[in-house]
Amino acid sequence: MKEFVVRVLIEPKPELFDPQGQAVERAMIELGLKNISGTRVGKFIKFKLKAVSVQQAREKVAEISQKFLANPVIERYSIELEEL
Amino acid sequence: MRAAVVVFPGSNCDYDTYYVLKDLLGVETDLLWYRETALHRYDLIVLPGGFSYGDYLRAGAIARFAPVVQALPEYIARGHGIVLGICNGFQILTEAGLLPGALTKNISQRFICKTVKLRVENNATPLTQLFRYEEIIELPIAHGEGRYIAPPETLERLKRNRQILLTYHGENPNGSVENIAAIMNEKGTVFGMMPHPERNSEQLFGTGAGLKIFRGLVHLV
Repeated sequence: MKEFVVRVLIEPKPELFDPQGQAVERAMIELGLKNISGTRVGKFIKFKLKAVSVQQAREKVAEISQKFLANPVIERYSIELEEL
Repeated sequence: MRAAVVVFPGSNCDYDTYYVLKDLLGVETDLLWYRETALHRYDLIVLPGGFSYGDYLRAGAIARFAPVVQALPEYIARGHGIVLGICNGFQILTEAGLLPGALTKNISQRFICKTVKLRVENNATPLTQLFRYEEIIELPIAHGEGRYIAPPETLERLKRNRQILLTYHGENPNGSVENIAAIMNEKGTVFGMMPHPERNSEQLFGTGAGLKIFRGLVHLV
């Protein structure tokens, strides 16, 4: 068994208006950060997972992301795996 | 006629809903703990408002895996009775895939608690049968994640099947697509609404329009 650090990044789907992202972007501009656009606020979920291979770990994480961590109607996700 | 109001950790409109069914309408009603799965003895199951599991991850995302919610598909498929989700209950039903679409953060990014005007879009359902078609009614809303979202093909299907039951009238408080405030599934056995009928079921708290929602539901079952 290998052990992985899993990072799941969840963000609102591109076609979905994200009021939180917009508010954060406006605040960043007001604080003096210029030339920014496309701010989206999402979620970051991190955990450790034991699996026999990277492929198996990726499959398991994709399954739980699809089923639970993200709502596919409004969100999309990406997965990062790092072997310990 | 027997009804159940489900109690999740974090439900807070459970007792108000129980009071309307039991005390105002005289329906035999149980408060049902979320670990229960014996649902067949009920004609109506209400998932009440509140903040089940603290709205962690997304509103309704964790409650959808509660034993009582896991038992709902079979209850619905066997035609034992009907299911109503109010506010957090509606969020749980969409998360569980028992109603289409999703409910996400209000456009204003604020929790909104006020009385709104709603238009009855279909009055040929148990939930709305005591209203006139296109009647304007008043009910309170109280939510931070009430913006109804669905892909275009789902919206098309909702319209075609007349599954949209109530829409916000005059002002859209949360940015819901098509002003949607309440929907049902295709078979008319699962209902979801963001407004709180249990909070306007007596003249003391408004027009009493909410009582008509419950009365309609329990008449038919």
